[in-house]
Amino acid sequence: MPEIKITDQNFEEEVIKSSQPVLIDFWAEWCGPCKIMLPIVEDLAKEYEGKPVKIGKMNVDENPQTVGQFGILSIPTFILFKDGKPINQQAGALPKEKLQELIDQAL
Amino acid sequence: MNKKEFDLIIIGAGASGLTAAIYAARRTLSTLVLAKDIGGQANLASHIENYPGFDPTSGFELMNKMKTQAEGFGAQFLLQEVKEINKQGTSFQIVTTQSEFSARAIILAFGLTPRDLGVPGEQEFKNKGVSYCVNCDGPLFKGKTVMVVGGGNSALDAAEYLSRITSQVYLIHRGDSFRGEHCLVERVEKMKNIKIFFNSEIAEIKGENKVTSALVKNNQTTQEQELSCDGVFVEVGYVAKTDLIKDLVELNERRQIKINRDCETSCPGIFAAGDITDIAYKQVVIAAGEGAKAALQVYKHLQQEKGKPIKVDWGR
Repeated sequence: MPEIKITDQNFEEEVIKSSQPVLIDFWAEWCGPCKIMLPIVEDLAKEYEGKPVKIGKMNVDENPQTVGQFGILSIPTFILFKDGKPINQQAGALPKEKLQELIDQAL
Repeated sequence: MNKKEFDLIIIGAGASGLTAAIYAARRTLSTLVLAKDIGGQANLASHIENYPGFDPTSGFELMNKMKTQAEGFGAQFLLQEVKEINKQGTSFQIVTTQSEFSARAIILAFGLTPRDLGVPGEQEFKNKGVSYCVNCDGPLFKGKTVMVVGGGNSALDAAEYLSRITSQVYLIHRGDSFRGEHCLVERVEKMKNIKIFFNSEIAEIKGENKVTSALVKNNQTTQEQELSCDGVFVEVGYVAKTDLIKDLVELNERRQIKINRDCETSCPGIFAAGDITDIAYKQVVIAAGEGAKAALQVYKHLQQEKGKPIKVDWGR
């Protein structure tokens, strides 16, 4: 399962109503550090394939509603959702290991 | 990665670290780069226009090319933060957040870190309106009111860029005139929605969940005024965070690493390159050149250790 594309439209279905925890990478085309993180997040999505967790990314330019709702004022931002609620939020480019820790604590 | 012992460990993966990795790997030194991120400060530049031989290119792209090039020659990379460096005889033990490595030589190339304002509210609202990267976060403030703090080129650049996408920019500068390049100053002064506050500092950043206002203090009249804003962009320069190595190598009064012209520090076996050193000019092309020098000097040092002194690379 590659990472899921989360949008304003599918946010409710894929994240809020998800029975599994969801990690979302908020990113944009114009943000250098975001581009560093994209391949790392793709790798993680592959590594966690088959495990009870979803890994997704959301383009902040295309999805102003969710971005506004969670007050994202710095990217990349990673938010981990569990039972439809944000339980951990981290901003800035992170080492892969930090993201793994983040996911593992929700499993 | 199972390998734990390397000829050379480079700490930092900006222009100097990446270039050092290219040069070291080409001399077939087993080379590991440990870094918090790949690309360093250059990543934050939307356009680099003065790297010779390249059309204006994004910092991220240029840095990624350097990384690919280094990997092509066999350098290895790990995104781990270094916590400790210990000298053991003629080699070094390097402890990261996840692991432990040893190396016969080290190149310190971890660059400078953006300086904090050090005012109440800054830490609390970091990434919630307080930002150190205009190119990353600027577009998230479309149509809003923002503050830029600083008086150098990066502050002027930030103010000019933000004035094009936000409705109002307050530019707060401690001095009574700008230190930046003349053409930038002119551009900023022309923008109708940039209001400049000279002799002023931010006393406090306020908000609830995110930034809503900042207290601006005039340091001549000591008058304070609270201005509503959605973001505060801090562009007050950089500091050298060298606590990690302060007992190993000599630092200058600005806590930058002292090097000689061959990138040697005061400790044999430890070399340094780029913005973290006491060189005057902090530029991508200079950092790259310094990285190359450091790697060649490491090669020379390791050959000499083996009793195989090498000659200069231009002589006969």
